[in-house]
Amino acid sequence: MATVTQQPPPPRAPSPSPPPAPVPRVKPARRRGRRTPYLLLLPGLLWLVVFFVLPVAYQASTSVQTGSLEEGYEVTWHFATYGDALSAYWPQFVRSVLYAASATVLCLVLGYPLAYLIAFRAGRWRNLIMILVIAPFFAGFLIRTLAWKTILADGGYVVGALDALHVLDVTSWLGWTAGDRVLATPLAVVCGLTYTFLPFMILPLYTSLERIDPRLHEAANDLYAGPATTFRRVTLPLSMPGVVSGTLLTFIPATGDYINADLLGSTDTRMIGNVIQTQFLRVLDYPTAAALSFLLMAAILCAVTVHIRTSGTEDLV
Amino acid sequence: MRTTHDTDARGGDVRLTGLGKTYGAFTAVHPLDLTVPEGSFFALLGASGCGKTTTLRMIAGLEEPTSGTVHLGDQDVTALPPYKRPVNTVFQSYALFPHLDVFENVAFGLRRRGVKNVRKQVGEMLELVQLGEQARRKPHRLSGGQQQRVAVARALINHPRVLLLDEPLGALDLKLRRQMQLELKRIQTEVGITFVHVTHDQEEAMTMADTVAVMNGGRVEQLGPPTELYENPRTTFVANFLGTSNFIEADVDTRSGDDLVLKAGGGRLVLPSARNSGPTAAGGKVLLGVRPEKIALVHADDAGRVPEGRNRITGRISDSSYLGVSTQFVVDSPVCTAFEVYVQNVDRDPRLVPGAEVVLHWNPAHTFGLDAAQSLLAGTVDPAGVETAGKEAI
Amino acid sequence: MAFLDRLKRRLVVVAGLLTLGYLLLPVAVVAVFSFNRPRGRFNYEWQEFSADAWKDPCGVSGLCGSLSLSLRIALWATLGATVLGTMTAFALARYRFRARGAVNSLVFLPMAMPEVVMAASLLTLFLNMGVRLGFWTILIAHVMFCLSFVVVAVKARVMSMDPRLEQAAQDLYAGPLQTFLRVTLPIAAPGIAAGALLAFALSFDDFVITNFTSGSTVTFPMFVWGSAQRGTPVQINVVGTAMFVVAVLLVLISMAVGNRRGRQRT
Repeated sequence: MATVTQQPPPPRAPSPSPPPAPVPRVKPARRRGRRTPYLLLLPGLLWLVVFFVLPVAYQASTSVQTGSLEEGYEVTWHFATYGDALSAYWPQFVRSVLYAASATVLCLVLGYPLAYLIAFRAGRWRNLIMILVIAPFFAGFLIRTLAWKTILADGGYVVGALDALHVLDVTSWLGWTAGDRVLATPLAVVCGLTYTFLPFMILPLYTSLERIDPRLHEAANDLYAGPATTFRRVTLPLSMPGVVSGTLLTFIPATGDYINADLLGSTDTRMIGNVIQTQFLRVLDYPTAAALSFLLMAAILCAVTVHIRTSGTEDLV
Repeated sequence: MRTTHDTDARGGDVRLTGLGKTYGAFTAVHPLDLTVPEGSFFALLGASGCGKTTTLRMIAGLEEPTSGTVHLGDQDVTALPPYKRPVNTVFQSYALFPHLDVFENVAFGLRRRGVKNVRKQVGEMLELVQLGEQARRKPHRLSGGQQQRVAVARALINHPRVLLLDEPLGALDLKLRRQMQLELKRIQTEVGITFVHVTHDQEEAMTMADTVAVMNGGRVEQLGPPTELYENPRTTFVANFLGTSNFIEADVDTRSGDDLVLKAGGGRLVLPSARNSGPTAAGGKVLLGVRPEKIALVHADDAGRVPEGRNRITGRISDSSYLGVSTQFVVDSPVCTAFEVYVQNVDRDPRLVPGAEVVLHWNPAHTFGLDAAQSLLAGTVDPAGVETAGKEAI
Repeated sequence: MAFLDRLKRRLVVVAGLLTLGYLLLPVAVVAVFSFNRPRGRFNYEWQEFSADAWKDPCGVSGLCGSLSLSLRIALWATLGATVLGTMTAFALARYRFRARGAVNSLVFLPMAMPEVVMAASLLTLFLNMGVRLGFWTILIAHVMFCLSFVVVAVKARVMSMDPRLEQAAQDLYAGPLQTFLRVTLPIAAPGIAAGALLAFALSFDDFVITNFTSGSTVTFPMFVWGSAQRGTPVQINVVGTAMFVVAVLLVLISMAVGNRRGRQRT
């Protein structure tokens, strides 16, 4: 933008525009209707309202109902359900947050180098690596998770190697594994969660890294920053939006996940998702299940808020 | 409408009557009356945000005027949507359709109007802009100059009654821009269509257009052929925006024949009445202007050799820069600090160095008078600065 | 210093490739075990090589039925979510209207909510309305959660589109409908395609929401889930491997075609 200092025209400036003559106002004969955006929105919005907002609202009312399956339920503003649910299932809550947080950190640690590799070092292999990151999706989430049962099987190569390196002694001492077993332990569940949500970390990281002009690295190097400093002072801060959205995309679904805990864990690794699923589909205690859902949402909301506050990118969401 | 050309309303005239545009409290274009005669190359010149692009877009139908009408010839097109107006636009940064190749881009308008066999017409048009070879390329594979020519071809093939060009050369580098200026001028002469050209580059407007309207703050400050605008500006904005001007604040003293005699400092300066747009009564304050290249400079020792009948002032050289073709002097004088003078390097006087006492003199016919009630600095943006900041808020 | 530099460069590459290995290892295991001949009901331990499962992929009762059901649901869900999502995205990207922020948040929410909560809520609604769970409830749920992803993909594309292109079309005698069909839609097409592809993948692979809304209907992921409890047939590895290979090949072919076309035009 030019810094034009525009003076108001001089009072007697000769101008071909005489003072506004009585000109008829143009009638808005055409112009696309004001209703167009609403018409475009209507179907999609209706769908979301009926099949998303309404159910969640209904769920909220269910959580304060009492009654039984046989006699029907009634809204009695029975908030005690929340307290009961929390006191009964707090270990699962804590476990969910802990597992999800561990998986998120692992995803970040594992995902960042790969995202960096694709963004800056892959050269002509970039597209191929991208395909390899995304393509496993198509092999099916459950099938791939089941494959971990084979990989982490008792007496398998992985467990054998970890045992030989005495890693299992340490992890068992920490309570992550049990004896010479990895399967059906917290480690297996966290490993599965990490695996499941890793692409959700890599893709946003890659997107924000890819936007960084490589010349910034050169500029940093030119200004006496070594590789480590360049990374710490330039690359990492610029990739923060990717880090934040990546951690959110990993943490939120990981907290509610119950497949990994079910397939790779044991009854001691049950997460809150397992409880909700069981309450809904097996025990059929709908108020408790609904209350648990909302408690889970609240927990996630708290964690996300804290996370966004501390990472200082509030404009992201 | 005293400055517009006298023309009867023919097919390609563009007539704007009270055309204005406001956005909330902001007035982008004050109600404007303007006639662009058929077949002319008309330029709207001004800095970013002066309303020139808004005016163009109102002619194109892309912007709805708040007041006034647009006529093409006798037809009132104010209420017509852009796709029903016999007007085409060369957009800023071209807006070529990225999913269509050059041929299809150029054929777009013909096809929309239901022309069945477009091959021959498109071929001829591509020849006109020398792009026959590139017909099957996608726009992003073309150079800037080629893209620009596609944009022109895409608009011209529809034989619009008026072609609107919105900063068409803004994205090109300097050398290419010069070349395309001549090219556009050639095409305009060849097809004879009315061109309305929006630009912030005064040189571009002066080279190409036969009529230039200088816009500032949503109003047309002055309208006329480039020479008239340059030689006889009516406002300080025009005087500064087109080239450089020196100003002397003076008081009207007496009238002598067709001339006014003014007092400035201790001296007297002559100004032809016809070239004065300021006050004429005795005691009136006038800004007296003169262009740097109209001034001759002699050393104070040679003051006696200055012919009679010329305006003259004395001063001291404070700075000089040698530019090859000419030398630019900055002269401090009692009536005006920092007087700029361009002297052709014919016979260089070695005494003319900073510190030297000099006499400046010029033909009174080159003097112009402006109302002193306006800012001296209006329009004084370094032209290079304006050029590099081409993007205009739409 | 130069040596350290090089080591650090290598370190990133090595770490990145290790992660890639971590991502691909299970796929490799799935592929290898599709040639296994397991003893017992579960296919978790390597026994001996056999291509039997590849010769008879439908040999397990219910597998191919669930596969075709999943494909049908994914196709319809993709169609529905793409149409609705594209319309929503255009409204959000192109128009200023009241409650735009609220609509944006509403679209964002389903992506930010754990699936299990969404699924449970939907089930509560369906049960209460007395709807019979099955094909239609699955489809409704899939369209719902795919919608947001399509909106995001299309919106990004439409937002980055130069508004002057549409003005240019109007200037060149294209009315509103023509402008949309000839310019807007083709330029937005890659975004729409990306959204549709994402919707298809999400729908086809979805387990959690389907688990809640399917009743007794069995989609392919449901089939795999069931078999994880009862016994895993080798055939599910065959399907997984085939899907992976087909996906990679399709992408590679489309890229090769795109490259060649690009080169021809030069």
